[in-house]
Amino acid sequence: MTWPALLSLAAGTYLIRLLGLLLPGRVRVSAHVERYFDLGATALLLALVAVSTFTQDGGFAGWARPLGVVVGAVAAWRRVPFVLVVILAAGTTALLRLAGLP
Amino acid sequence: MDVGSSDRTLREDARDALALAVAVSVVAVSFGALATAAGLPLLITMAMSLLVLAGGAQFLAVAIIAAGGGAVAAVAGGLLLNLRHLPYGLAVADVVGDRWPAKVFGAHLLIDEVVAFSRARGSGARARRAYWTSGILLATFWNAGTLLGVMAGSAIPDPSVFGVDAAFPAALLALLLPALRQSDARRVGLASAVIAVASTPFLAPGLPVLAGLLGLGVAGRRASS
Repeated sequence: MTWPALLSLAAGTYLIRLLGLLLPGRVRVSAHVERYFDLGATALLLALVAVSTFTQDGGFAGWARPLGVVVGAVAAWRRVPFVLVVILAAGTTALLRLAGLP
Repeated sequence: MDVGSSDRTLREDARDALALAVAVSVVAVSFGALATAAGLPLLITMAMSLLVLAGGAQFLAVAIIAAGGGAVAAVAGGLLLNLRHLPYGLAVADVVGDRWPAKVFGAHLLIDEVVAFSRARGSGARARRAYWTSGILLATFWNAGTLLGVMAGSAIPDPSVFGVDAAFPAALLALLLPALRQSDARRVGLASAVIAVASTPFLAPGLPVLAGLLGLGVAGRRASS
């Protein structure tokens, strides 16, 4: 992450936030568009989850990492506290690597 | 409502905002640690938390850069993700304040959790106080947590030994679970994940995540659950 990239992201994010506050009260984003913004955010973040779970340098990341993520996902689904989710995922992957799984 | 119960309401709101800020700081710690593991210098990581102040976009941008993607893909991904702040801003414009200094400073505090916290408290004076209290607390704890995470991350010599690379997607997935209660979000998310992974061998680093947006093609109509 370079400074120009960081500052572009910061400035763009700020302008998006400010725009919503400054537009006159009668302007409304239609429910249809708002839904696509929300679904788009979900799409981007789940794509990120999937790519960072399964791939490394354009190839398969090995089994230790996805198995750790699965353990974390099940824990999160069972409403285990966030900190524990992270520790369980990392711990599983670390143990699998210790056992020789890449 | 008499003064006494109103005081109590304000105290309860402040306490709830603090609890929310503490929860958010845990996410910030993981951001700081992961950004450090990805090789980001302290100053850049801290500047991100201070100036971008949007967890999802920060994670996304850092992950794209860490995967070897270009700065353009990282910025585009972060901004696309933050487009959802536009309707949020419209929804809380009256709550944030009427005069421009309030809007100029309040805009930076327009965070998912702050919007939800404030809107849960109506649209009057209580909602306004909730917006500013939770916004300032979240911004403070987000930056403090990031710093803590950077220090923790610097102390770990080889992150992969500790499975840190599995912690990141697991953390993100945990944060996404509430959104995935909607069946259309699950459908779009699954399609997006498959597209992103399947396109990884063929696209330049960073682009598979953006390609995930094609998952919107299966959004269909809004379902009731």
